[in-house]
Amino acid sequence: MESCNCIEPQWPPDDLLMKYQYISDFFIALAYFSIPLELIYFVKKSAVFPYRWVLVQFGAFIVLCGATHLINLWTFTVHSRTVASVMTTAKVLTAAVSCITALMLVHIIPDLLSVKTRELFLKNKAAELDREMGLIRTQEETGRHVRMLTHEIRSTLDRHTILKTTLVELGRTLALEECALWMPTRTGLELQLSYTLRQQNPVGYTVPIHHPVINQVFSSNRAVKISPNCPVARLRPAGKYMPGEVVAVRVPLLHLSNFHINDWPELSTKRYALMVLMLPSDSARQWHVHELELVEVVADQVAVALSHAAILEESMRARDLLMEQNVALDLARREAETAIRARNDFLAVMNHEMRTPMHAIIALSSLLQETELTPEQRLMVETVLKSSNLLATLINDVLDLSRLEDGSLQLDLGTFNLYAVFREVLNLIKPIASVKKLHVSLNLAPDLPEYAVGDEKRLMQTILNIVGNAVKFSKEGSISITAFVAKLDTLRDSKAPEFLPVLSDNHFYLRVQVKDSGSGINPLDIPKLFTKFAQNQSTGTRNSGGSGLGLAICKRVSRMVTKGLLLHLGCDVTMVGSSDECLRLVSHEHKVVFMDICVPGIDSYGITIRIHEKFTKRHERPLLVALTGNTDKVTKENCMRAGMDGLILKPVSLDKMRSVLTDLLEHRVFFEAI
Amino acid sequence: MELVQIQRRLVDYTKSLFMEGFLDAQFLQLQQLQDDSNPDFVFEVVSLFFEDSEKLLNELTIALDQPNVDFKKLDSHVHQLKGSSSSIGAQRVKNACIAFRNYCDVQNIEGCLTCLQQVKQECYLVKNKFETLFRLEQQIMASGGSVPTIELGF
Repeated sequence: MESCNCIEPQWPPDDLLMKYQYISDFFIALAYFSIPLELIYFVKKSAVFPYRWVLVQFGAFIVLCGATHLINLWTFTVHSRTVASVMTTAKVLTAAVSCITALMLVHIIPDLLSVKTRELFLKNKAAELDREMGLIRTQEETGRHVRMLTHEIRSTLDRHTILKTTLVELGRTLALEECALWMPTRTGLELQLSYTLRQQNPVGYTVPIHHPVINQVFSSNRAVKISPNCPVARLRPAGKYMPGEVVAVRVPLLHLSNFHINDWPELSTKRYALMVLMLPSDSARQWHVHELELVEVVADQVAVALSHAAILEESMRARDLLMEQNVALDLARREAETAIRARNDFLAVMNHEMRTPMHAIIALSSLLQETELTPEQRLMVETVLKSSNLLATLINDVLDLSRLEDGSLQLDLGTFNLYAVFREVLNLIKPIASVKKLHVSLNLAPDLPEYAVGDEKRLMQTILNIVGNAVKFSKEGSISITAFVAKLDTLRDSKAPEFLPVLSDNHFYLRVQVKDSGSGINPLDIPKLFTKFAQNQSTGTRNSGGSGLGLAICKRVSRMVTKGLLLHLGCDVTMVGSSDECLRLVSHEHKVVFMDICVPGIDSYGITIRIHEKFTKRHERPLLVALTGNTDKVTKENCMRAGMDGLILKPVSLDKMRSVLTDLLEHRVFFEAI
Repeated sequence: MELVQIQRRLVDYTKSLFMEGFLDAQFLQLQQLQDDSNPDFVFEVVSLFFEDSEKLLNELTIALDQPNVDFKKLDSHVHQLKGSSSSIGAQRVKNACIAFRNYCDVQNIEGCLTCLQQVKQECYLVKNKFETLFRLEQQIMASGGSVPTIELGF
């Protein structure tokens, strides 16, 4: 037996202590071997363990520790050197691995600990997410309820149904005990209980509107929790139970007039209904935020639905009204037509009845004329004939006039000889004219067509009328009738602005001029006429703002010239130098005010307005005429719009001023063509 | 000098003024307005014109002398001068004013200065012409004659 270098055991191997150590070492070794096995087994089972390398190390450490303890078993007794060396190797290895593992664990253990922290954190996060999830789900639920409610409410346009449905659906969705709607009365001073959920026919229970709680609810667009003791909330009979929480919300009642084209109706309506919702009594239920939001949204939807219903009602009513009016109008029209027909029939009958005797008289008188008569008798018969002819004409005229008035005058179109019409007129008028010693001349233009299509009889009537007047009112002299085809420019007449001539190929405008030399106005007398209308005023204007002294200065020359023109024509002229002076001096004695407007900055339009204000009666107001060198159409339009009576272009010659004044004083308006 | 000769001189002189374009038909209108109730009408109007035009020309000179020329103001002054000159029939002055306004519209300072000189020149010329005319008229009146009316063929 070789001696080993180990220390001699002090106690014999069969000592009890040794025995126990032996057993312990054995079990330790066993444990040490089984732990890694277990570890490997479970790690293999789990897929996510991240520290495999550590496990391996740990396993190695344990195995080696086990080995060490196992080998230790052999060292209790005398053992060979091989065992000793194996032991040593094992111990060395163990030492190495354990040191490495220890070092490793320094890094690993904090990580492992933090895993726990992370786990805690994740748990919290998961809880939070769960909560949020719950909230979202509730919101989604609410949204779904709102959509469903809205759908229900909006599927009808009947006011009653809308409100009833709202209460029913709300009651169902929120599991309410009671739900009620209070509407404002006509006077607006009280709220009346209009609809409830549980009671079929609510009694007309009213509550004054000016209650602090009600005001509070009306002043906010949120759903407000109110006390169950509030008058609007006392909806259930009093009992021994604990009433549930009550919430009230305002429902705006919108009118048609609140809807503008572009913006949302203004809530200055101040007409609200009140919706009261009550949770079940004796329950610990509280109003949640999402429930309140639901209530607010529903209240808005109800408002919209009600306004739609109101609009519909309104339009139906308007349509009914229109239909009524249509019927009435139709009736009136038919009555009017009947009346016109009756009148025409009457006139026709009367006409016929009157004409028959008339014709008899005329015919017999003409026959009588042919017989032998004494001069007095002849005279009498002629008078009778003339009078009856006149009467016949009058009867015809009456019928024609009435037909003209209601537009049923038909023109009797036919081809006729135009020259013949004029000759006929001449023939008819010549006898009378020659008696009065009037010379009548007819001038037909060479381009006048011989034949024309039209109402010959009426044309002759018209010309005869005018020529007849000319003959009637002329005591002496001559009458000339001129007829020619009118060209477009001669047709534009400032005296008849609504006459818009239209030219076409196979139509022409016939212009007939009848000139008489009767008691008309001698052209030489025209200037003298103006002395009767004394006190024409010529006004220069001055820029009160003062944009330089040039303005007032230069206008003096033109003013002087204008004044000179007027003086020469026999007018009384007053010159003024400023708008204030003009307004001060102008009076109803002045017939015309001339203003030069072509200098910028002069307020002739202002003067015009002031003069209009000063003279309310039209015949007292002087005529306002603008003088300008500006040939701009805009200037003319501005003058007309400002209320001026005339516009003249500079330079103004004596003849021009003369004719302007003539025209002006006759027609009270003169706008020179620009 | 004999009355008839002075009268003939007046007529010739007036005709020449029309021929040379100093005066136009508007001047005839002015003459028509002169009658017994208004014996000095033409003289008064012409004197007024020269007073005003002097002031306006001064204004124009000052306005064009400014570092920043106010063309609007310039235009309004020229417009007024044009108005007065056309009222009395001073044709060449009026034409010069028209040219001046064109330069004002395009805001051409050099052009405006040239036109101002032109207008001043024309005013000066026509003033001299009028002075001669009035002197002749005065001579005729002093000799006890009457001023002949001009018959012009236009």
